[in-house]
Formats: sequence, structure tokens, C-alpha cells
Amino acid sequence: MESNLYITSYCSIENGKISIDGELVFESSAKVSDFLKDGLRHFGIQYPKFFKMDNLSKLAFLGSELLLSDEGHPETALLFANASSSLDTDVAHQESISDKENYYPSPAVFVYTLPNICLGEISIRHQLKTENSFFIFGAFNAGFFAGYAENLIRTGKAKNVLCGWTELFRDEYKAFLYVVSDEGETEHTKQNIELLYTN
Amino acid sequence: MAKNVYISGMNCITPLGFSVKENFENLIAGKSGIARHENDMMQNPYFASILDDAFLEAEFRKISDSSNHTKLEKMMILSLFPIVKKSGSGLGKRTAFLLSTTKGNITALESGDIAKAQLYDLAKTVADFFRFESEPIVVSNACVSGILAVSVAKRLIQSGEYDEAFVVAGDLVSEFVLSGFNSFQAMSDAPCKPYSKNRTGVTLGEAAAAALVTSDVSHAKARISGDGSINDANHISGPSRTGEGLFLSVESALKEANLPASKIDYISAHGTATPFNDEMEAVAFNRSGLEKKPLHSLKGCYGHTLGASGLLETVIGIESLKQNKLIASAGFDEIGVSQPLNVIRENEDKFIRYFLKTASGFGGCNTAVVFEKEGNFGE
Repeated sequence: MESNLYITSYCSIENGKISIDGELVFESSAKVSDFLKDGLRHFGIQYPKFFKMDNLSKLAFLGSELLLSDEGHPETALLFANASSSLDTDVAHQESISDKENYYPSPAVFVYTLPNICLGEISIRHQLKTENSFFIFGAFNAGFFAGYAENLIRTGKAKNVLCGWTELFRDEYKAFLYVVSDEGETEHTKQNIELLYTN
Repeated sequence: MAKNVYISGMNCITPLGFSVKENFENLIAGKSGIARHENDMMQNPYFASILDDAFLEAEFRKISDSSNHTKLEKMMILSLFPIVKKSGSGLGKRTAFLLSTTKGNITALESGDIAKAQLYDLAKTVADFFRFESEPIVVSNACVSGILAVSVAKRLIQSGEYDEAFVVAGDLVSEFVLSGFNSFQAMSDAPCKPYSKNRTGVTLGEAAAAALVTSDVSHAKARISGDGSINDANHISGPSRTGEGLFLSVESALKEANLPASKIDYISAHGTATPFNDEMEAVAFNRSGLEKKPLHSLKGCYGHTLGASGLLETVIGIESLKQNKLIASAGFDEIGVSQPLNVIRENEDKFIRYFLKTASGFGGCNTAVVFEKEGNFGE
């Protein structure tokens, strides 16, 4: 008999506000890069590698820190998506190559010109040797997330899934992350995911 | 019990031809798409596998009058076209559309066109050409994207949400990626030499490939029997020294396929010819007991086609499966990894029933998929 699946916990990072399970826990009017650093410090997270990350990875990393405790999560898969891929950093790399008189491409920037790098950052932090995949949709696709997360668990490819919509381009950003597992009160359905996404 | 899912249609668009037949014939004949190029994408001449623009345009004219499509869109549309046509599918809600790419129309950034560089725009453009009804699903997960998309399609069909899925994959050689790989000093000065002692890095390539993934067995070429996509959790740009993620992905795929490693007949591996990637694969394959299995990398003929590579190389692998022909690993001479691998040195006729495709990429990602021949076994 299959156990029911639940949205165990969730968080959202948008418009200078960070909420966990619907409760506002941090607020700031700083610009995105400073806002993310301030958020990290506010929660007392010590992780020097954070400062090398691009803004998309910082956003995804911060969101996952709020939901994944320091204990091991050996079987938590990562299922993420957004609309703009890594375009925020792509623009930076493009800038570094567009002027032959001022030409400065760098591996430290280029490595972040792929949207799935943030999954690598989260995996390294929590030692998640688990299923990982990154998708692109025009807008948050709750139906896809619900179906794919359930499939990963039902087929035994994962025990839990951390789902994340981590959209960021320049000063516009929205992160909505949630854990799917067999524990919790909110049933894991497309409708409930949509409700939590839109607050 | 999960329903069976198959690959039943395939096509590819590469410098070695615009059909699977032509590509396979050229590969058997030892041809390579890699050539020396001199243009404004790089300061000095460089090696890459690049499609001829004029030829691409002429082929595209045969199916469309449109002058609004980018090079990548033409490649993707051309690769999908015969498969869609032959399927006779209504492309309704039960038909998924998946597109795999790492950078899409990234050249749009040269004119500051952010909107055109969006991957969703690319997917919508290709979907609209054929009038797919369902919402496009873009897989953008570094260099495993092409094979990951096949795995995702299979999982979506098994979950009951779709009956079939058209998967297209593509990427371009652009100044954007050339300069990036160059900044990593990961590019070879000569055509790449996977698994070789004197390998010095990647050669980039561009291509498009497409496949029909379906639960309908009628024209099935191969069954997708198992898959795994597990992260190394080690480093964002270098692979794990112990090949952790690749090993776990292979084990997950074999377990699902209910197959011991000993049954695998042939491996189409990633083999980018960087010192670290090829070494990691040798470690991972030895851990899985696959070191004696005939193995090759197709990057010696196609270059590293990024988001296309996983699907392009799978298409060729399934053709090998059907024809019982192993293709030599181009660019290979003297083994240069610390653990044994059975790199295919010469083309060989061999009965193949089970084929393993693997890929790895930036961000510590890996994907492994097991395929089983469908239909007449003709031993």
C-alpha cells in the first residue's frame, strides 16, 4: 500500500521578503545581491563558497538552506526549474567577450552559465548523491512538478524531493521551494502547490 | 509493473549528414565532422565540427518558406520533421514535446536580444512549427541534457501522463561557448583524442538530433529499460575522482533494467577528452565491472555537441544496436587512463542486445540509460 505524499515544508523568497511555511522571517530593501548575502547572514549560515556563486545559485542555495537541515538527506532528489535559465550570468559572460579591446572571459563566470550549477552547489553542501534535474518553463508549472516528483518517489529513485522554482534575472527574482515526502499535513497535489506558490 | 517504453523514430542533423543512414555510413567509413576553422568566433584558427550554413538553408527550404528561423531552429525542425511526419501523430495533449539544449539561441545576446535568447522562446518556436498542443518541456542540465531528456520522456510516459513524446536536442558552436571553454583551457589544439594518453581537451561541435519515445511497440527499435541521473556532490566544474555520480547512475539504471553489468554488450560513453573526465569514466566503469565492455566516445567525429550530444550519440548507438556494428572510437591511439577500458580500435561486426549510454556534465551531473534491442534478434 503506497503511503500518501505531502508538502512537508516550503519557503518563498521574493520582493525582499523571505517566508518559511507561510511565516515572514526576514525582510530587506537591499538590491538582490546584497539582499541574498544579508539573508544568509541573518540565518547564521556559514559557507564561504556562497560568495563565489552567481545570483541564481545564491538564490537557490539560500532557499534550500532554509528547508534542508544540517542532518544528512541521503535520499532527497532535486527537481528545479525556472524561466530565464542562467541568462543573468550569460549576459555577464557576453559582456566579457563583446569588446576585443577589453576582453576578459573567466572560468569563474563561465561555469555559472548553466542553470543546473545551483543543483551542484546544493548537492555539495548537503552531500546529496541523488537524482538531479533542471527544466525551463515559461511560467511555474505545478502540474509537471507534481507528476515528476511523485514519479521519482513511487519508482524508488528518491525518498524525498526538494522542488524549486528559482527564477532570477537582474533585479527580478522569485524562489519558491518545497519538500515532498511521506510526512506532513498538506497533501501533495497540483492544486495545493499552486495555492502555496501564489500565497 | 511499469509499462514498456521504446524509441521508435530517430533522426540527426550533423556535418556527417542529415539522416541517420548517411551519418552511420560516414562513421563506418571513418569520416569526421571535425575540421579546421578560421573565422571571427576565435582569435586564432581552431578545430570544431560545424554545419555548413548554405547546405542547412537549402535543406530547410525544402520544408519551409520561412525566413524567420535561426540556425538552431532550422537544425531542430529538420531533425524532427521526418519523425513527426512518419508518426502520423495528432500531436495532441497526450503527446509530450521535450527540447534539450544548454545555450539555445545564445547568439541573440550579441545584439542584446534577451527575449530571443530565452530557452522557452526557442521551444515555443519549434513547437509552433509543428503545432504541438502540449506545453513544451525544456531540459537544460548541462551536457547530460540530451540523454536526460530521453529518460524524462520515458518517466513521463510510465507515470501515465503521456502516451508518447517527441524529443529534440541541439546546440551551436558559438563565440560564447568557444570563449568559455577556452577560458578553462579545456580546448584541444588538435582534434580531440578521447581516452588517449596525449589527450589535451575538447573539440566543440554543433548538431541536432530527434527521437520519438513511445509506449507503442509497433515500430520500436529499442526499449528504454533503466535510467539514473545522480549528482557527484563533489565539485561544480570537475568530475568526482571516484566517479561517484556516474557509478551510482549506472547502478541505478542496471537495477531498474534488472540486468547484471555482465550483460551489457556495448557502451557509448561521454569521452570529452579532457584529462579529468575520461579518467573519471575509467574509474566509474571499473567500479561497475564494465571495463571489458567495448566502449567508445563519438566526440572524436562529432566534437562535443553539448546539449545535443546525449541524444545524437544515443541515436547512433541504437543504429549500432540494430545493425550489430561497433564503430571505432575516433581520435583514440594509446590508452591514457589509470584503469583498464576496452576502447574500440576498429569497426567490428558484433551481436549487440544491450547498450549503455552515459553522459556527465558541469555541475556534477551524470546520466546513464540502458537500452535493449527490440524486435528481430537475428543472432
